[in-house]
Amino acid sequence: MKYALLICDDEKVSPSNEEIEADPVHRAWADDLERRGGKLFGVRLRPVVDATTVRVRDGETLVSDGPFAETKDFVGGFVIVDCADLDEAIQIAAGHPYARWGGVEVRPVWE
Amino acid sequence: MTAPDDVRTAIDAAYRDEWGQVVATLIGLTGDWDLAEDCAQDAFAAALTTWPRDGVPRRPGAWLTTAARNRALDRLRRDAAGAAKLRRLTVTGDPGAADEDIPDERLRLIFTCCHPALPFPARVALTLRTLAGLSTAEIARALLTAESTLAQRLVRAKRKIQEAGIPYRVPPAELLPERLAAVLVVLYLIFNQGYDEPDPQRDLTAEAIRLARTLVRLMPTEPEPRGLLALMLLHEARRATRTRDGVLVTLEDQDRSRWDQVLIAEGVTTLDKALTRRKAGPYQLQAAIAACHATAPDPAGTDWPQIKALYGELARLAPSPVVELNRAVAIAMADGVPAGLALVDELAASGRLAGYHLLPATRADLLRRAGRITEARAAYEEALQLAPTEAERRFLAKRLREL
Repeated sequence: MKYALLICDDEKVSPSNEEIEADPVHRAWADDLERRGGKLFGVRLRPVVDATTVRVRDGETLVSDGPFAETKDFVGGFVIVDCADLDEAIQIAAGHPYARWGGVEVRPVWE
Repeated sequence: MTAPDDVRTAIDAAYRDEWGQVVATLIGLTGDWDLAEDCAQDAFAAALTTWPRDGVPRRPGAWLTTAARNRALDRLRRDAAGAAKLRRLTVTGDPGAADEDIPDERLRLIFTCCHPALPFPARVALTLRTLAGLSTAEIARALLTAESTLAQRLVRAKRKIQEAGIPYRVPPAELLPERLAAVLVVLYLIFNQGYDEPDPQRDLTAEAIRLARTLVRLMPTEPEPRGLLALMLLHEARRATRTRDGVLVTLEDQDRSRWDQVLIAEGVTTLDKALTRRKAGPYQLQAAIAACHATAPDPAGTDWPQIKALYGELARLAPSPVVELNRAVAIAMADGVPAGLALVDELAASGRLAGYHLLPATRADLLRRAGRITEARAAYEEALQLAPTEAERRFLAKRLREL
């Protein structure tokens, strides 16, 4: 099954890419994913201040700043994984460093 | 030839004992929860026509599973999309062989129904539907939920199992403690629902005890399912004495001669067997506390120091403000009211039990015992405002009058 892991937090801390690379927890997580051979695609996203939301209402394009949803946590990155079942996806999500202060939303890919 | 009444009894017993097993096996074979339930239903309908004619089979469970499996084969053959499921179904052996040993699949079903990715109310409903075989209407009534809400809850849960890829399996060893705890919570909730809001038509405490017995049989080396079963049996033994004329009766004032000694004996034996594993857990501790009460000859003969020690251990293993409140009562009874009252006041000041009626009710009782009548009255009045059931409100009002 394919799952999107949405890596979320409140952006109170924002480590640089280099810091994330050097984080042993992140490294262990990436190595584990590599071993499973399950990673299809993944990216980190720029903070939510750089986000733009586009809506079309009555044929008019409305552009606004910020994310669409008013939530405490924002999606800071996502990974698409292919694994056996939800339990394996949960296991992968639990290994991500952001799971310790933010959260990882596991969403099955609609196929 | 078997008399129809005997057959009816045999079918009722088979429904109680075998429904979960038949459904679990069919889910394992087809991966389709709705098909599994439909075919189990069909198998019981077939038993109603066949058994009076041919007699009750030697192994009703095997007969029903085979009948359900054949029914699934028929339905999948007629359905083009069923081809893949059909392949899984036919490689599992000759469906005509009714006497072959069918492995018990119920454990996989229990763990899947209680998967933490499902909303909690859905876990309860799914367990009652697929394992215990209650109808949607019966579950809705017992859980005080609208039938349409409950039906929708079941549909969504089954869909999520399929679409989110919740595995149909017993979790591996590293996940087992956490997942087993989730199963036990569901069974205990079912029990408590039946205990607090009894439904005369469908006894949920009996269903919960039956499910706990099954779990104990399927996981004989795990002590906590036994602890939960013991806890249920010990509570059940006192159930008839919990209210009198619609008024709650406290443990102290219950008529002990009416406690069910058979259930108490079984509860104590079950607990002893769990404790031989030397792996204490929250349910074993709660059962041990219940056993102290159930085996005390009279209120004065209650071993409060032991109960206090058990609550201390429970607070360490599964800390919660409710456990603290109970520990405070044990301390009051073992060491004197002021010590217990001090802990209750501390809890009240922390605000962690704000709105919980048993906080002021406990305080009121301790203040009454300490002879602080004015404060007791205020606490009883506060508890009366918060109490959720009529039996409790009547009890509190009675205590208030007696002050």
